[in-house]
Amino acid sequence: MANIISDETIEYVGILAKLELSDEEKEKAKSDMGRMLDYIDKLGELDTTDVEPMSHVFPVENVFREDIVTNGDEKERLLSNAPQEKDGMFVVPRTFE
Amino acid sequence: MSKQYETVIGLEVHVELATKTKIFCGCSTAFGAEPNTQTCPVCTGMPGSLPVLNKQVLEYAIAVGLATNCDITRYAKFDRKNYFYPDNPQNYQISQLYLPICRNGGVEIETEQGGKKVVGIHEIHMEEDAGKLIHDEWEDCSLVDYNRSGVPLIEIVSEPDMRSAAEVIAYLEKLRLVIQYLGASDCKLQEGSMRADVNLSVREVGAKEFGTRTEMKNLNSFKAITRAIEGETERQIDLIEAGKSVVQETRRWDDAKGESYAMRSKEDAQDYRYFPDPDLTPIRVSEKMLQEIRARQPEFRTEKMARYREAFAIPDYDIEIITGEKPLADLFEAAVALGAQPKKASNWIMGETLRLMKERDVDASDLRFSPENLTKLIALTDTRQINSSVAKEVFEVMFEENVDPEQYVEEKGLKIAGDEGALKKTVEEVIAANPQSVEDYRNGKEKAIGFLVGQTMKAMKGKADPGAVNRMLKELL
Amino acid sequence: MNGKDEEKNYMNIVEMTATQLAAAIRTGETTAVEATEAVLARIEEEDKKYNCYVTVDRDGALAQAKKVQAQIETGDLTGPLAGVPVAVKDNICTEGLLTTCSSRILHNFVPTYTAEAVKNLHKAGAVILGKTNMDEFAMGSTTETSAYGPTKNPRNTAHVPGGSSGGSAAAVAAGECIYAIGSDTGGSIRQPASYCGVVGMKPTYGTVSRYGLIAYGSSLDQIGPLTKDVTDCAAVLAALASHDPKDSTSVSREDTDFSTALTEDVKGLRIGIPNDYLGEGLNDEVRTAVLQAADVLKEKGAVVERFDLSLVEYAIPAYYTIAAAEASSNLERFDGIKYGYRTEAYAGLHNMYKKSRSEGFGEEVKRRIMLGSFVLSSGYYDAYYLKALKVKALIKKAFDEAFAKYDLILGPVAPTTAPKLGESLSDPIQMYLGDIYTIAVNLAGLPGISVPCGQDDRGLPIGLQLIGDCFQEKKLLRVAYTYEQHGKKF
Repeated sequence: MANIISDETIEYVGILAKLELSDEEKEKAKSDMGRMLDYIDKLGELDTTDVEPMSHVFPVENVFREDIVTNGDEKERLLSNAPQEKDGMFVVPRTFE
Repeated sequence: MSKQYETVIGLEVHVELATKTKIFCGCSTAFGAEPNTQTCPVCTGMPGSLPVLNKQVLEYAIAVGLATNCDITRYAKFDRKNYFYPDNPQNYQISQLYLPICRNGGVEIETEQGGKKVVGIHEIHMEEDAGKLIHDEWEDCSLVDYNRSGVPLIEIVSEPDMRSAAEVIAYLEKLRLVIQYLGASDCKLQEGSMRADVNLSVREVGAKEFGTRTEMKNLNSFKAITRAIEGETERQIDLIEAGKSVVQETRRWDDAKGESYAMRSKEDAQDYRYFPDPDLTPIRVSEKMLQEIRARQPEFRTEKMARYREAFAIPDYDIEIITGEKPLADLFEAAVALGAQPKKASNWIMGETLRLMKERDVDASDLRFSPENLTKLIALTDTRQINSSVAKEVFEVMFEENVDPEQYVEEKGLKIAGDEGALKKTVEEVIAANPQSVEDYRNGKEKAIGFLVGQTMKAMKGKADPGAVNRMLKELL
Repeated sequence: MNGKDEEKNYMNIVEMTATQLAAAIRTGETTAVEATEAVLARIEEEDKKYNCYVTVDRDGALAQAKKVQAQIETGDLTGPLAGVPVAVKDNICTEGLLTTCSSRILHNFVPTYTAEAVKNLHKAGAVILGKTNMDEFAMGSTTETSAYGPTKNPRNTAHVPGGSSGGSAAAVAAGECIYAIGSDTGGSIRQPASYCGVVGMKPTYGTVSRYGLIAYGSSLDQIGPLTKDVTDCAAVLAALASHDPKDSTSVSREDTDFSTALTEDVKGLRIGIPNDYLGEGLNDEVRTAVLQAADVLKEKGAVVERFDLSLVEYAIPAYYTIAAAEASSNLERFDGIKYGYRTEAYAGLHNMYKKSRSEGFGEEVKRRIMLGSFVLSSGYYDAYYLKALKVKALIKKAFDEAFAKYDLILGPVAPTTAPKLGESLSDPIQMYLGDIYTIAVNLAGLPGISVPCGQDDRGLPIGLQLIGDCFQEKKLLRVAYTYEQHGKKF
């Protein structure tokens, strides 16, 4: 395997992705990610100098809406799925700021 | 301190745009609504919802870019900035990194030494605001309100061109005026519709390289900005003098304590994994679109000042003050257009308006009275229907409640009594009640008439023309 | 009717196509309510075996059926799908009806709005039966990554139905709905259609609104029909397609009268078969069936040629980079704050995020989120994500060149027929390789259709894939229809 994923990398990606893996899962993730990256490295075989990266397939551009209020009060609906609510707001663990 | 240091400052200024709706959905941006009542699936990150760009946001951003001498990016895109925080419902913010809408601009400011200098603008990009977190002390938790989530912002990123707090304030004032003149925002620091993050580093005078910078957040007033810049400069110099190094980090300013602290957490990787948002299409700014926006650009302050000097016989100082706040200039021009004499309109603004604004801590953009009513009030004094002390009294009421002065004066019976009969009767009563003064006057004591005029005015509750009272007294004596 | 007749009638209904059933409702032979009851009875009987559904909305379906029937009787609803019961993949939002993406993290999520595609079905007089099982967040090719157990292939319950729209494909094949809708990010409609022996189409990107489709890879996702035949496919696509101002990537099309394309006419049509689609890894029985299908079209007058498409082996790595990157961002919103699963015990905000997400997402989803977060992270963006977007541009160009020569491209949908349950998940890369013929279509935004063209010696269906240039759905439907009329019946 050309791509060796370190413990630090898995730890770091876990922070970015907000995923907590068990030791066993970490080992598996290291090997899976290494293999996937080896496979993705195949793209390096292609010369892409001067190729524009393509995020949209079609040249659809300038899709806008007008500045007109179309939405009303949806508070009840918004909160209907909330795991925890208080005073019309979502409850989260205390943020440190 | 043996060495001489120089402070290098760049600003990231967030400005909330004055659109009716949010940047990517049709929810209202009105301030002060009950929590979460101005929300929809899009601005609360409901699964499956998709953003669509508010055209007005793009137009305001381009207008600000043009007014600050930026190049407008003809092919712009939105990117996602990924980070987890509860005020950010998708856990990514839609912003612009790779192709921001404006680049390479700059504005001219006056330095403390009275010279001029250009502060470069690196870029201006469009993005969405986050929701609001409210801390619940009772239950030791936080509550999330998404009303502000998705309110449109532009972020104006300056070059590190400023060297002092005074230059920073001058730059912010300049931006505020330009944006206010465009009508793109009211730019209130206290209310958060304009927010400035300060990037600051210090270096020895003459050094070519920049020092390590920190970013300071939570600066809610010009005073706080000044104090934070002074505090941070001192902190960094102390570190360097002590042989320690400055750590590149984000710090939060606590204005009450007058100090800052690092906002760091090991869960905060500061790796935003920006990539083009696949849900939004690219923006192609056509020549036509640019021309239309250019054609709509308003007269800015410098042009306005020149025109005022040309058109109105009012002092330079008045012109400077009035054009220094767009709402004041608007008020002035509207009143003049309605027929008020420029000098009188200017006097009302420079005098009573500014006095009451200061006394009652009212922002120019929050003035309640209309130019129509100001014009009416001026007309009432011009035609001597009320005297100047009554006018001030009426103005105070107008300032609070925007009453129609004609109607108000009528209702409260404040008009100078034009009725000769009533005046004559009062004067006769005053003469009868003050024989001593009458005798003094007849004996050649001119001053005594002043007392009688005063007594008459008092009896008339002020609504008489003192000149007319004087004439009538002399006649009857 | 006595019990036996009723049963017989029900049998007929569940075997009808959508257009047949709508016609029968229109002429009064049956009603929307009777049809819905028949399909619900079938689900009741069969779904324990197949597990096609996550949620069956019995009461809601019957209520809709009554309403729709009344509208048909007053003449307010006249379309070719009016009164016909449909199954909806569980990643498409339905107001008031549980929508889980087959994930634990959305185990209790009830959308507050309905996806535009489903609204369009409502307008066409559809009766929504319920929500079909899928690979969790559409990540998988077997419907085994569902948090609610795998769906089984109705043609052989030891095998998978394919995925990720496995529940939808299996429900159509098992008569547990008359037609279904699914979503296709890398083959997720076409491949299960192929494995289950039904017709499935991925339309040109932008044809069907994505508003309300819970995103996996936003630049690749597209909703489409799974039906019993090509005629239904055209009718359902016509109902689904619309320009939606709520979806910035939605395309405004005039040519959505897809049923007009149902003609037997392939004379002179140039069909290219990529040599790269017949190479190593392709099962012999699949190859034979696909080439026989090509011969049928040749007999009807099409010009069939082999050619080199090139870059085929780069589609999978490019796809997994782009899809994983987009998914890692799209799935950030599942954080235990606004909806869905929140872990019970936690210490502070970040611990709550991590525990909720780690307990809420399954293994394959976590694998792709990790990969996607990595390829976007500082220092790797250019090497992986940007590189993949450039390769995507090259792949699109290769298709453009192919479509300069050919009206459409013909090939297999998948290298094999449906694998056995439990065979695929052990080796993710091997599973990803199974998407080799379908994935490039999503990268290039093209339309593709899967039509049954045979079965292997175990009786497992084989699918024929037709790929068109952008907006050429009508050409695809015409060729698919011609083949369906003249090919063997399976």
